[in-house]
Amino acid sequence: MITRRIFTTMALLIPLALSNIGAARATDAANWDQVLAKARGETVYFNAWGGSENINAYIRWAGDEVKSRYGVTVVQVKLDDTAKAVTTVLAEKSAGRDAHGSVDLVWINGENFAAMKRQNLLLSPDWATKLPNWGLVDIDNQPTVTTDFTIPTEGLESPWGSAKLVFFYDEARMAKKDLPDSAKDLLAFAKSHSGRFSYPQPPDFIGSSFLKQVLTELIADPEKLQKPVDGTTFEMDVAPLFAYLDQLHPLLWRKGKAFPQNYPDMKQKLADGELDIIFAFNPAEASAGIAAGELPDTVRSFVFSKGTLGNTHFVGIPYNANAKAGALVLANFFLSPEAQMRKQDPTIWGDPTVLAMSKLSEKDRMAFAAIDLGVATLPPERLGPALAEPHPDWMTRIEAEWIKRYGAAN
Amino acid sequence: MGRQTEDNRNWPQSKGTAMTRRFAVSGFVLALLGLPVLAGLAGTIGPAFGYLPAIGGNGFTFEHFAALATQPHLMRSSMVSLTAGIVATGISLVMVMLFTAGYAGTRMFSRIQHLVSPLLAVPHAAAAFGLAFLVAPSGLAMRLVSPGLTGYTSPPDWLVPQDPLGLTMIVGLVVKEMPFLFLVTLAALPQVPLAQTRHMTANLGYGRIRGFLIASWPLLYRQIRLPVFAVLAYTSSVVDMAMILGPALPAPLPVRLTQWMADSDLRMRFLASAGALLQLVLTMTAVAFWLIAERAGAFVLKRMSGSGIRQPDDRTIRRIACAAMAVSAAFVFLGVLVLFMWSVAGLWPFPSLLPHDITLQPWMRAFPQAVAPVVTTITLAGASAAAALLLAIGLLWQDDLRAGGALRFVLYLPLIVPQLCFVFGLQILGLALGLEASFLLLIFVHLIFVLPYVVLSLSQPWRAFDRRYETVAAGLGKSPLQILLRVRLPMLTRACLTAFAVGFAVSAGLYLPTLLIGAGRIVTITTEAVALSAGGDRRTIGVYALLQTLVPFIGFLIASLVPHLLFRDRRAMRI
Repeated sequence: MITRRIFTTMALLIPLALSNIGAARATDAANWDQVLAKARGETVYFNAWGGSENINAYIRWAGDEVKSRYGVTVVQVKLDDTAKAVTTVLAEKSAGRDAHGSVDLVWINGENFAAMKRQNLLLSPDWATKLPNWGLVDIDNQPTVTTDFTIPTEGLESPWGSAKLVFFYDEARMAKKDLPDSAKDLLAFAKSHSGRFSYPQPPDFIGSSFLKQVLTELIADPEKLQKPVDGTTFEMDVAPLFAYLDQLHPLLWRKGKAFPQNYPDMKQKLADGELDIIFAFNPAEASAGIAAGELPDTVRSFVFSKGTLGNTHFVGIPYNANAKAGALVLANFFLSPEAQMRKQDPTIWGDPTVLAMSKLSEKDRMAFAAIDLGVATLPPERLGPALAEPHPDWMTRIEAEWIKRYGAAN
Repeated sequence: MGRQTEDNRNWPQSKGTAMTRRFAVSGFVLALLGLPVLAGLAGTIGPAFGYLPAIGGNGFTFEHFAALATQPHLMRSSMVSLTAGIVATGISLVMVMLFTAGYAGTRMFSRIQHLVSPLLAVPHAAAAFGLAFLVAPSGLAMRLVSPGLTGYTSPPDWLVPQDPLGLTMIVGLVVKEMPFLFLVTLAALPQVPLAQTRHMTANLGYGRIRGFLIASWPLLYRQIRLPVFAVLAYTSSVVDMAMILGPALPAPLPVRLTQWMADSDLRMRFLASAGALLQLVLTMTAVAFWLIAERAGAFVLKRMSGSGIRQPDDRTIRRIACAAMAVSAAFVFLGVLVLFMWSVAGLWPFPSLLPHDITLQPWMRAFPQAVAPVVTTITLAGASAAAALLLAIGLLWQDDLRAGGALRFVLYLPLIVPQLCFVFGLQILGLALGLEASFLLLIFVHLIFVLPYVVLSLSQPWRAFDRRYETVAAGLGKSPLQILLRVRLPMLTRACLTAFAVGFAVSAGLYLPTLLIGAGRIVTITTEAVALSAGGDRRTIGVYALLQTLVPFIGFLIASLVPHLLFRDRRAMRI
């Protein structure tokens, strides 16, 4: 009697155990056929910043494609701040929900990645370098595809696009010769054009990036930025930055008593004529804005000749994702030449590719070359050198310091 | 025990079942509203004292409060919220009070009365955006006079909105809270013998306003006191309006709280929880201040009635009160108009009064992906408002909501405890219980916020109902249930539909609970609008803010059209 019961139990358990092994294998990116098989029918909740209509449209397109090709449904969970997705995963971990989490894929980089990696909230080990399309990624010329703000990605996130700090101005209101060519120049410009420049209020990502750009230009020893902050010398290291800001702030829009919310807000203010120089992390922002009727067609781009910040943005999979296989399929599709090409087209998004042209087929290479970057977009060779992002530690510390100093400007 | 059986024997059978039914309904509502709030609060208090195991918080510590105290400019942030809350509530209340005093029972009163519903339908965020687009230096108001009168060809560098004292924010709060207070005043008016007291004070030679303040206001205020506290709690803890209109450096406390809660550094959760408790203290301070102000007000009223001054001619005050109501309604409607203009604008640089070209592109682009959220919003709002309506009818029928009862207090609990302070805790709790982010759960959470408003909206017509109809029906041998279903409810169709529409609008406008409890997967037009407003593009904001307004507005439209159809051959039922 007892034996029979044990037998029944075992008979019931064995397929269960087998299916578990299968599940474990199915999310191993090296075994791609199994990933595809597992992914079919899954729904991927892709948590991505939803503040830009053209990006949302691009994600919708990608979702439609993976649906028809691989049977994977993609739902974009539109966030106003990526940190919300981190919070969700954290809340789930705190409640002990280690499987069937609500976030399957998250658009991420920098401090959010650092936080998730530190807290072990990401799917591991290395899956990104096992994706079939990884071979096309430009790991030789774009070091930022494997080092996210100095933190090694270790294959815990897969590159999606690259970004570079680019400035915009309206040709109709400003002569090209007046354009600043460094942070120092920018201060001189602000002196002669009081109230015509500003930056998004930190901790907005673009605003903090502006602070890092200035710090990178002004710090005595730039090497220090590649390591975590040294508490003992921090005050001294950032002194030039805050001396600069102390001078700059009274010359800003609203005399530094209020700041634009984010870069689309600055774009609106350029169109309204409240600001003369704005910046974004996407070289095609101005062309896209012109195409959408948000900016006058006299807006043009420029960069600093000594370089501006450049980085890569990624997609990551939380450790407790419900549709891991589907998320892998989508991450891999994002790296396909077809998806990357479409993303680089400024009429669609205008986000530069992370793929290496040399690794592409002749046909794809030609197609990339044929993309019309738009009247206001600088071609890649004129984007200037890319400055490396400081360690995320710096951003956190500078933001805190900024709030302490300027948090009550009124 | 013996006594109870005896009671049962002596009382007619229906009374006994009515008693059980009463306990069932009110007990259910007590649990429905009270438990989630208390549980959510517990979920916030834990992390504030260091308990959040997921990120290594296992102990009990005060260090997070110490960390909170070292946050720069915390005092300024708190004071801005506190004063904005008190001032906005005060202004809204005084406006409603003076207007009611001067006009209750007149044609002007019923005219303004019709504006209340559409004003309530405009969500806070949409109203705030509209106001911002109106008064900003590059806004429509400035374009009207530029460059003609001002000579400006580019917008002046003025700090509006986001002015340091939070004045724009206060204006925004007043234009949205005034309609709510007006609605609850309307609900309470039938319980005050307005005509008689007016008659009496007029005979004694008092002017309309002074007579009303002395004789009717104390009675009326007692009725609307809890809603006033709800407004106070809301205005002192508001997030979305403060983000759009409030000062930026430093931002009001609730805005900073949400930033901490959303910080990528997960240890900030502790700080955020400690901050949420500070917010609770802040709101309680506002309430305490209000209690003192109430005393002062009562003292002033007493002096007024003792002074013997009649002030028979109060036309000026009356006109000011009426103008204030009209202007504040105009702000909202003009704001919606500006939103609409931006939603179809091509390039529209300053100082052009009108867009250079008109385009439907923003609508065309938004439409395909707005359909699903709109459907979700309608389903969610419809379900929660319907459930709330049924419960509200149950409560009112049992007559459980007499002034001073515990239930009346609990009903307002979700409105008086700031959302920020318990919604996050509620989310953690839901997860801990293994509750999936399901539609049903979200309906339940919405119900918590919707029910109070539905009850408020329905209680006025309910109490104003002429009981003689019921007496007649009872005389004809109808049971209480039959009377409810065959007499009262059909005659209150219009009121029920309006209450439903109010609940519908509240549900459609809920942001924080929808986002957190829906885990971002259940997308309503409001969560979509706030996410897109992060992008700052005025066209997209215009489209979504309008959609967000339109959805609840349709509810109100139906509420006013359906009775016309139903009662087209019942003349006495029309208005």
